[in-house]
Amino acid sequence: MPKQTIIRVDALKKSYNGRPAVAGISLAIAAGTCFGLLGPNGAGKTTAVEIMENIQKPDQGRILFKGKERDRSFNQQVGVQFQQTELMAFLTVEETLRTFAAFYAQSLPVEAVMDLCMLKEIKHQRCNKISGGQRQRLLLSLALINDPDLLFLDEPSTGLDPQARQHVWDIIKGIRSRGKTTILTTHYMEEAWVLCDDIAIMDEGKIIAQGAPKDLVKTHCASMPPESRNLESVFLALTGKRLKG
Amino acid sequence: MSLKRMWALFVARSLEFIRDRAGFGWNILFPFLLVAAFGIAFGPDAKKQFKMGLFPVPDPVPALETIRIPDALKTDPAIQLVFFKDLDPALEKLRHHKIDILVQSGEVKDPEAVPSKNDSKVRYWVSDASPRGALAEKLVKAALVPEAFFEKRVYKQAVPGTLVRYIDWLFPGILGMNIMFSAFFGVGYVIVRYRRNGVLKRLKATPVTAFEYLSAQLISRVVVSMAASMVVWAGCDVIFSFQMQGSYVDAAIVFLFGTVCLVSFGLILACRGTNEELTNGIINFICWPMMFLSEVWFSIEGTAGWIRQAAGFLPLTHFLAAARKVINDGATLSQVSQEMAILAVMSLVFLAVGSWLFSWTR
Repeated sequence: MPKQTIIRVDALKKSYNGRPAVAGISLAIAAGTCFGLLGPNGAGKTTAVEIMENIQKPDQGRILFKGKERDRSFNQQVGVQFQQTELMAFLTVEETLRTFAAFYAQSLPVEAVMDLCMLKEIKHQRCNKISGGQRQRLLLSLALINDPDLLFLDEPSTGLDPQARQHVWDIIKGIRSRGKTTILTTHYMEEAWVLCDDIAIMDEGKIIAQGAPKDLVKTHCASMPPESRNLESVFLALTGKRLKG
Repeated sequence: MSLKRMWALFVARSLEFIRDRAGFGWNILFPFLLVAAFGIAFGPDAKKQFKMGLFPVPDPVPALETIRIPDALKTDPAIQLVFFKDLDPALEKLRHHKIDILVQSGEVKDPEAVPSKNDSKVRYWVSDASPRGALAEKLVKAALVPEAFFEKRVYKQAVPGTLVRYIDWLFPGILGMNIMFSAFFGVGYVIVRYRRNGVLKRLKATPVTAFEYLSAQLISRVVVSMAASMVVWAGCDVIFSFQMQGSYVDAAIVFLFGTVCLVSFGLILACRGTNEELTNGIINFICWPMMFLSEVWFSIEGTAGWIRQAAGFLPLTHFLAAARKVINDGATLSQVSQEMAILAVMSLVFLAVGSWLFSWTR
């Protein structure tokens, strides 16, 4: 039985000062999957995701969440982790989580989320005193605090050491196993390969390829030697080797 | 509107402010220091408004009785004597307005006068570029006129009612100014910083509304500013024994209205922008004229009409007018109802404009 679409994006466009950042993308993301949005720097991934998150307004296009226009309940049902976010510097990790938990009609127990994101040991530390990796875990925990149906993660493992990255991957896998949906942007091809059920590759504001990671490799790497048949080769083949962004 | 969300934001912002020891400490310490400085400046020597240089006076300075100047200048409470051994350094000070007038000690023969018994004169130097020098010159001339001359010509009347010391008049101004700085920098500047570093963007992705966020900021800052003002008031009162003519409750209500109005104004400054330097400049651009036009330090009575009209548009003007009426003159709330009404209307306008223009990200 085909999975229901949790979020549908139709002909989305957004320009900054006349320069198109998102040039008419359309997507349908199935509930309970992990969807990856890949692309070189400046491809328009973050803009596209922020429009889906309702942070930015599109110039054109339509977004349907669970089949309907997004309303005020949308923010109750989604969790967001931005690429770069400061937090309230003088609050502790636990206070920050409790503050965010209070924003939602329903939230997970703070202790459970701290357990999940391994924050218990630093729960009394202030946000301006924690390391970059700890902050990434805290930002992830804030995105999870309302047990969202749809989770947006913008480069969630950037700046993490391999152990911490593996831990974040385990959390995302756990979310998917509970039937929740994740939209992920990442520069790490391995991350997309391990986590994503479906991938869209963006370049210059457009989606230039979309499909399951294995299908994309099969389609775009058929003529390559076996050792080169991977997602990175697909990415380079489609977006070119020239430095961008 | 969710009270739960507003409460969470209120607690978070208040904790942030209280834990920021540097900022919190400065909010308490700054008015203390100002009041202490003015207490010293306007203490027992407060009447000494003019600095009169005297030369030649040897070092160490001999007893005042031995210095030959008119006696009235030695005892005039408005004059502070500054002694110089030589003329040149004294003239240098006069040129740079460090003294208001320079008088030569001892009688001086007028080289142009026809010799007679009464040819001795007081010789003085005064800068034509100094308004204070012109007044000091009148004091020197008046010192040469016997007191008996005035007795038959002037009739001094006592001011009825309780005298208001300068420090009592100044104190509400300093508290108001501190609240203004706290409102503009603690709300305006901080929200712009939160916008720049992404905190507001993160909040936008939650169910928190702009109204809830701004209301929580407003309430937090009002509560913290009121509490800080009470601490400063109590501390300063111990040192200076302020004269409170009105009711403390009325004064608290006036301060509440004034604080709400100034914080609401701060929200307008915070409604847009991500550039902290620009915001800093705008806040200073508003604060400094408001400080002077709203009579924090001195009265603008007698200035041009347009200056007083401009002052009428500033919230601090009405805040301080009401506060001084209650504190210095013993006015009741009904007697300051006009100022209170203006503050209330201004608060509503500022809040409406601030909420309307507010952006989480731009």
